Amino acid sequence: MKKSYTRSLDIKHGCVDMSHGSGGRSMAQLIEELFSQAFNNEYLSQGNDGALLPSIKGQLVMATDSHVVSPLFFAGGDIGCLAVHGTINDVAMMGAQPLYLAASFILEEGFPLVDLQRIVASMAKASIEAGVPIVTGDTKVVEKGKGDGVFITTTGIGVVRDGLMLSGDLARPGDKILLSGTIGDHGMAIMTQREGMTFDTPIISDTAALHGLVSAMLNCGAVIKTLRDPTRGGLATTLNEIAKQSGVGMLLQEATIPVNAAVEAACEFIGLDPLYVANEGKLIAICAPQDVEKLLQVMHEHPLGVQTAVIGEVLEDTHHFVQMVTKLGGRRMVDWLAGEQLPRIC
Amino acid sequence: MKYVDEFRDGELAKIISANIAQEATAVSGYNLMEFCGGHTHAISRYGITDLLPANVRMIHGPGCPVCVLPIGRVDQAIRLALEYSVILCTYADTLRVPASGGLSLLKAKARGADVRMVYSTQDALKVARDNPEREVVFLAIGFETTTPPTAVAIQQAAAENLNNFSILCYHVLTPAAMHAILSVEGGKTVPLNGFVGPAHVSTVIGSKPYEPFADDYNKPVVIAGFEPLDVMQAILMLIRQVNDGRAEVENEFTRAVTREGNLKAQHIVDEVFELRDSFEWRGLGSVPDSALKLRSKYFSFDAELKFNVDYVPVADNKACECGAILRGEKRPQDCRIFAIGCTPDNPVGSCMVSSEGACAAHYTYGRFRQIPIVAEALS
Repeated sequence: MKKSYTRSLDIKHGCVDMSHGSGGRSMAQLIEELFSQAFNNEYLSQGNDGALLPSIKGQLVMATDSHVVSPLFFAGGDIGCLAVHGTINDVAMMGAQPLYLAASFILEEGFPLVDLQRIVASMAKASIEAGVPIVTGDTKVVEKGKGDGVFITTTGIGVVRDGLMLSGDLARPGDKILLSGTIGDHGMAIMTQREGMTFDTPIISDTAALHGLVSAMLNCGAVIKTLRDPTRGGLATTLNEIAKQSGVGMLLQEATIPVNAAVEAACEFIGLDPLYVANEGKLIAICAPQDVEKLLQVMHEHPLGVQTAVIGEVLEDTHHFVQMVTKLGGRRMVDWLAGEQLPRIC
Repeated sequence: MKYVDEFRDGELAKIISANIAQEATAVSGYNLMEFCGGHTHAISRYGITDLLPANVRMIHGPGCPVCVLPIGRVDQAIRLALEYSVILCTYADTLRVPASGGLSLLKAKARGADVRMVYSTQDALKVARDNPEREVVFLAIGFETTTPPTAVAIQQAAAENLNNFSILCYHVLTPAAMHAILSVEGGKTVPLNGFVGPAHVSTVIGSKPYEPFADDYNKPVVIAGFEPLDVMQAILMLIRQVNDGRAEVENEFTRAVTREGNLKAQHIVDEVFELRDSFEWRGLGSVPDSALKLRSKYFSFDAELKFNVDYVPVADNKACECGAILRGEKRPQDCRIFAIGCTPDNPVGSCMVSSEGACAAHYTYGRFRQIPIVAEALS
């Protein structure tokens, strides 16, 4: 008997069609030839509805993140690696070591398989580099016009070491605010591509998995109170969230906040404030003043923290205002984002 | 960043700040109006108030296009979008201006209106070309800066016979608004010592149209760029004029503004537009010769005529002080509903909408000034 009559997927010319989400043979084929091959690991190859994982000792962290970025491919990454990094970072910001990921795809009818393969390959690469396997997943197909190519939701599980407790409500007056690098790179990479703007120095998304940097920070002996990655809404929004959660105010020094020259120029062009533009590979850490030096040293030594800067401090303020001394020497508020500043970016 | 950092230099700011402090000696103080929302934004965003002595008071003017648009005008656009099912294109700020019935263009969009944000008139023309079976209306808003691009779009549409394209023409004129502020009936004029004159508007119209304010009203005008050091230098120049008893039009923004302005742009605008007899402004009421309409040869591109949608005036919310704020009579924080019933997320008045609006700028960047904060934190 011949092994199979099924022709293998025509990735070069083929497109997603409704049968790829039907639960039938086409779907099985798509999963096997595209997803399973790329994400290959012992849990996924169990081939069951869920992954049976080894027992884990310690407190667990779980986080989920949906990705709907447009364009799907951008300078510095694509929706695939972004989906892996985004959830790993959410788990890592809780001080956890990310262990496993689940990935769910909503595909639009007519989406080219060659693009899907590129996205899946990018996810697989990001997952392997991060050492966090994608152990289970799901695929659905929606009719043409009811999606935007591909939406990816990833969910991650991680484990926190005993006694560690990071939270957004632990910032206290006198604490220092550290930022791991330049702001606005991801959002402006997306925006400039969308608007067809080009610069001599291209703007490249900073999408990256931060758990390695977090691990180094946790191991250096400093006491970290809060970690957050300033994604949607940018640095400004994330700091306002922490200020509100902790019931404190903040005072930033604009001159200390790193911004790439091209990002600054693009923001000027479009009329945006980099403080509100998304990042996908940066973190904010809040710690007591005595822990700053240790943290700075270990962050500067890590490739993703070379440009780490102390950008401000936590104040007592019952209004929970985030304020900033501008480069000009005046003061302003750094308020919550009002309304919508940008189309979909992450 | 080159050509930008030079105009935001903290060290230079200190020097100008020190000069202002030294020279602003008049006990009666200096009430200076920055006409443009762009200046209001720069003052708030860079914290320029902190670099000025207490006797130099900046008064926000009406130079914010969406702020001066009365409710009835937004209603008109919403009616076109909802009842006539046109594709309505406009600049982003306009989308959130509150209209009648709790609506805004953004909320109308959620109710099924086809409202699209564009970055330029060229985008709106493209929408019209791409949708030949639909009517496309561009809500043309703004002072003299945005008028030439609208004029060019009309000329292009005429040349292309783009008959599904039309505009709601809400273009308004800066000098007319300045006249209105200086000659409010009933003598309730604001005691102004001078104007920080428009930046981008002046690149088009030049500095000449401001000469009557110096000559007839005896008010100094200093045209300034939108960068923070531009604004500070202009303030210093105004203080010097006041101290010397001079009233002249001076140009701080020489890198972009000439006395005659952009003659080519003026010519195109003149070819396409003519003065409206009168136009209602929020805050200033009906101001004669203060806005533009299409010339008769372009009437087929006038959406008001094409769809026969009349302008129906609507009174502002009673609690809202946008009118007095736009005339410079009140400050945002003087409004009872400021930051309580009216915030950028849920604006009641138009000044809370655009980042150039006095209320939105003060709310977003400066409202901490009204609230005592821990002193040592600022050391």
